[in-house]
Amino acid sequence: MRDLYLIGNGAGFSGDRIDAPVPVVRTLRERGLPAAIFFEVLGERTVALAQLERRRDPARGYEPMLERLLAPILAPCAESGIKIIGNFGGANPRGAARCIARLALELGLETLKIGVVEGDDIRETVALDGLEVYEADAGIDVANGALVAANAYLDAQPIVAALGDGADVVVTGRTGDPSLALAPLIHHFGWRADDWDRLAVGATAGHLLECGAQVTGGVFLDPGYKDVPDPADIGFPIAEVGAEGSLVITKAADTGGLVDLRTVTEQLLYEVHDPAHYVTPDVVLDMTGITLAQEGPDRVRVEGMRGRPRPEKLKVTASFEGSFLGEGEVSVAGPNCLARARATAEILRERLKRRGLDVRARVDLIGVASVLDADAGPLNRGYAGPEPGEVRIRLAASGADADSVDQAAREVLALLCCGAAGTGGARWRTTPRVVTRSYLAERSRVQPRSSCRLSREWLG
Amino acid sequence: MSGTEGLVDVPLHEVAHARAGDKGNRLNISLVPYRPEAFEALAEQVTAERVHDLFRHRGATRVERYDLPLIHAFNFVIDDVLEGGVNSSLNLDGHGKTQSFRLLSMLVRVPRRYLAENSPFAGAGQDPSALALGHS
Repeated sequence: MRDLYLIGNGAGFSGDRIDAPVPVVRTLRERGLPAAIFFEVLGERTVALAQLERRRDPARGYEPMLERLLAPILAPCAESGIKIIGNFGGANPRGAARCIARLALELGLETLKIGVVEGDDIRETVALDGLEVYEADAGIDVANGALVAANAYLDAQPIVAALGDGADVVVTGRTGDPSLALAPLIHHFGWRADDWDRLAVGATAGHLLECGAQVTGGVFLDPGYKDVPDPADIGFPIAEVGAEGSLVITKAADTGGLVDLRTVTEQLLYEVHDPAHYVTPDVVLDMTGITLAQEGPDRVRVEGMRGRPRPEKLKVTASFEGSFLGEGEVSVAGPNCLARARATAEILRERLKRRGLDVRARVDLIGVASVLDADAGPLNRGYAGPEPGEVRIRLAASGADADSVDQAAREVLALLCCGAAGTGGARWRTTPRVVTRSYLAERSRVQPRSSCRLSREWLG
Repeated sequence: MSGTEGLVDVPLHEVAHARAGDKGNRLNISLVPYRPEAFEALAEQVTAERVHDLFRHRGATRVERYDLPLIHAFNFVIDDVLEGGVNSSLNLDGHGKTQSFRLLSMLVRVPRRYLAENSPFAGAGQDPSALALGHS
């Protein structure tokens, strides 16, 4: 047991269940092994939204739920030496560090050391024009929108450096998601930066855990086919990693959810393209040799991953101000509602045409076909199933001009008096969008750095 | 047992589970049979071409299938199917997470013993069309 290290996950996205970290930390403490808990809260667009928030308030721009996530676990983790690592720094890692420092001092944790990783934000230092566009994004049109954010996915090494400086908590901005879990393993076991097969084990652990409950019964429930015990209290995942590269996926004790071959297989392939070539900043992972074995309740052993040398270039995701999105919805119900819904869709299309609003639009019949359909509506037009009990009609419109988009969305509101019989439940809103496009940058153009200070020093 | 005895036409949902994930305008969907022995039958029937046909209405330009026989799973990578991706799509589900169940609506013909344990088709004499979706 001496050579085991435990990695728990406390959040898989910004907006995850805020009470999830508590049972994870409780389990890590009960196990009494060296351990870390990591938080992955930065989706592709989240940094851009954080940059916009920081423009409004220079003290903000980090994970809005940071204090609530850490308040119940900061003292227990400090007491047991459990490292806390998270990309909850968003667009303002120092701001997040100050938030944690204030919390630490309130809790009387005078000696808590907080590490900050920076250098992912390359807006000011690297011209995007000179970068290769990431293959899958070649077709994305950013339409000359103003640049909001540009961040490189850093590797695990700056986090390892902060841990080496004695950090109890490490705050990052954009970092490779699996790197957040790999870093404490490199630090603890002293794995070399070119020990590709071992790095592959840590990257696999990070990949399986980075979406939180998705490996323990989240987005898995399909009643009668895939049942999940107590889905209102899914335990978040914990990986047991051995110095030589063993890996077992399990979860917080005394919680709902499950870990089995099915949950692990689904998550292993989540957001993966070529399974022989899954790129992380630290190592290129080959999953094709992986085997899974259920070795006990909620325990799955993962073996056979292989690593290849890390990529030459780092992925950079940039966000630009985009178009506006207007959405409006109304409902119809009861006898002949499908015909009234279809008539409503026609009325909306006709209104947009007559008013000459410069928008791209789509009408969904929710309850008939919406999320599976295309903009032109082939599935809802071709629907030949039973009459639904009710239908919600949704208009979505986008365009560069906020007012035209808003006017389009308001056409849905007007249906309350001008629409089909029994039209009700109107909602509408117009929101600005950001567009993201990814690039590849030479490592030499990105300068990661880490610093580590006592809480009092961050506030001083 | 003869070659066709016990074969049923069912939605893939009765035989396998799936999960979708997005990157830009590209979607991947994993497909995992409940029973490992169904892997070969699905490899034969759930071809990249048939999957492409399911997503052609959304502009999919290319489908690639990766096979993982050691964990009896498939990974489908579908290009240009997300109507521009989460940042420009007008779809309620810009990430395409719900598309895994579009894949699971595909009809396959398999021995009854390959069905999920609680599949309503697992009993003899069930009519698969009773659960067919309204839209093709």
